[in-house]
Amino acid sequence: MLVLENVHTHYGKIEALHGVSVEVKRGEIVSLIGANGAGKTTLLMTVCGNPQASSGRVMLEGRDITREATANIMRSGIAIVPEGRRVFSGLTVEENLHMGGFFNTKAEIRKSQEHVYELFPRLKERENQRAGTMSGGEQQMLAIGRALMSKPRMIILDEPSLGLAPLIIQQIFDIIGQLREEGITVFLVEQNAHQALSLADRGYVLENGRIRLQDTGKNLLNNPEVREAYLGG
Amino acid sequence: MAANNIKHALFCAVITLVISYPILGLNLVADGAVVYLEGATTFTVVSVFLAAVVVFLFQLFRDDIMARLGFISRLNPLSGRDPMPQQKRAKLESWVLTGIIVLALFWPFFVSRGSVDLATLVLIYIMLALGLNVVVGLAGLLDLGYVAFYAVGAYTFALLSQYAGFSFWMALPIGACLAALFGLVLGFPVLRLRGDYLAIVTLGFGEIIRILLNNWTNLTGGPNGIGGIPEPTLFGMEFGRRIKEEGNTSFHETLGIAYASEHKVIFLYLIALVLAVITGLIIRRFMRMPVGRAWEALREDEIAARSLGLSRTAVKLSAFTIGAFFAGFAGTVFASKQGFISPESFVFLESAIVLAIVVLGGMGSQIGVILAAIAVTILPELAREFSDYRMLVFGAAMVLMMVWRPQGLLPMRRIHIELGKQG
Repeated sequence: MLVLENVHTHYGKIEALHGVSVEVKRGEIVSLIGANGAGKTTLLMTVCGNPQASSGRVMLEGRDITREATANIMRSGIAIVPEGRRVFSGLTVEENLHMGGFFNTKAEIRKSQEHVYELFPRLKERENQRAGTMSGGEQQMLAIGRALMSKPRMIILDEPSLGLAPLIIQQIFDIIGQLREEGITVFLVEQNAHQALSLADRGYVLENGRIRLQDTGKNLLNNPEVREAYLGG
Repeated sequence: MAANNIKHALFCAVITLVISYPILGLNLVADGAVVYLEGATTFTVVSVFLAAVVVFLFQLFRDDIMARLGFISRLNPLSGRDPMPQQKRAKLESWVLTGIIVLALFWPFFVSRGSVDLATLVLIYIMLALGLNVVVGLAGLLDLGYVAFYAVGAYTFALLSQYAGFSFWMALPIGACLAALFGLVLGFPVLRLRGDYLAIVTLGFGEIIRILLNNWTNLTGGPNGIGGIPEPTLFGMEFGRRIKEEGNTSFHETLGIAYASEHKVIFLYLIALVLAVITGLIIRRFMRMPVGRAWEALREDEIAARSLGLSRTAVKLSAFTIGAFFAGFAGTVFASKQGFISPESFVFLESAIVLAIVVLGGMGSQIGVILAAIAVTILPELAREFSDYRMLVFGAAMVLMMVWRPQGLLPMRRIHIELGKQG
């Protein structure tokens, strides 16, 4: 579904990714874990074409998107839930969702909206409330709902557990599991290594712009190195 | 309580003395080639001193006085009322607007020539403010050089009429489109800029256009400006006493009525009215189209907007282009109304006034912007006697607005929660 081959990414003269190769297969949940500054968000941004990879290739469903414009990439069946939620705080929940389905027809929007409300009944209750006035967990649900509005085949989540209460995190991860059941491929970037790896089919560990380890989620959870570095021994 | 305020109150009183005595008391009197400094009269000295005492007392008992004044907000009969349901509100709004437009159509036939002239100016400012509202209010791009597009519209018409003999109606779309083109061209270099940086670049652009017009003497006449810009015609009928251009007929002869100079003024007013209504309707339409929502999304959060597949380039450029288009519209009408334009009419202060209108009216709100345009244009005219203090009052009004109503007179309404139904 999504393949990164030996990707290097620069910010100006500084190289942030030193040849990263990652593969996400159709229907999988793949987790990418790593410490602050390891390059997790850079990797996601490279997939989105902002900044573009300076060398290597990014393939989406067999199509080379390395040099494509961000707007085009984001319209080709892939959706991203950006770090820090970034809901449109001045718009209502419903308007936020409609923005997510910007390039779809009205009928499609209505259908996906109902689907999102089924996944997150909470959002239905808050339909006419301004997004900025909701709690962090509700905003995260809205951000995921908004990404789902474009009926993506693949969804990328950047730190969905950031700043949320443990109970809410559990809910969010349950929903992510549910998305897999619906056939949506999930690429999850997390600092919350334990939860991200227990849910994932496969996982990657990113360190200083390089892939350090890759294995199934279960194996990584039991890997002594990972336990030491990310799971607190 | 009052004891704490004594220092502060003394300070305020001294400042009042220091500022008002030289401004109000001292006078420069020219006597031939010599200039004398004249001291204050007793009356001025006494009033300045009294003013300082008033300031001192007010600051001293400020807490008490403000507490007593607290009940004033409760006098407002509208406070604490539930907001109107969305549908009812929209219906009421469109009825009120239709009523105002119909009134505005017949109004000029009953009032003086001066009022109609002023109203035309108001309508030009309404067009400008509605256009800038797209850029600043909806797309959230702070544009301080908006007057440049206004100048492009005005000069396009002036130059086309001078060198190629174009009429108002032919120049109107050309002027607007050329202004839009300039908006597009300016849009490219500023795509990556936001906030303060964008404001500085647009400010520079506005100045570049004005200085270019000022110095390109061969083409634009420089500071002397361009005169003799023709007035609009109605199906080839001119409004002057004598016909200027061959092939045209004159309005009063064709209709068989006596010549009156008011006809021309009223006709210009009606053109401005129709164009302002068209501007309002088109932008209203844009606001409800996907592009309008894209502008708002970009204003709210650029990263989120891009993550949804919106193209930053397309969204920003469309806002700049559409805003500039209507400035060009307004510029053409302005050139035609004045009959003479020079770079003097397109200084930075004009940009600032239009921006002030948008901010005062409430960013993104069309009705608010229209009300603010009327207020900002008419109030200085009504207060002609105080013209020396105009900028002072203007500044004070801005400060008060920012303190008490930072969201503008009539902010854009987006949410409609019906509070009555809960609980």
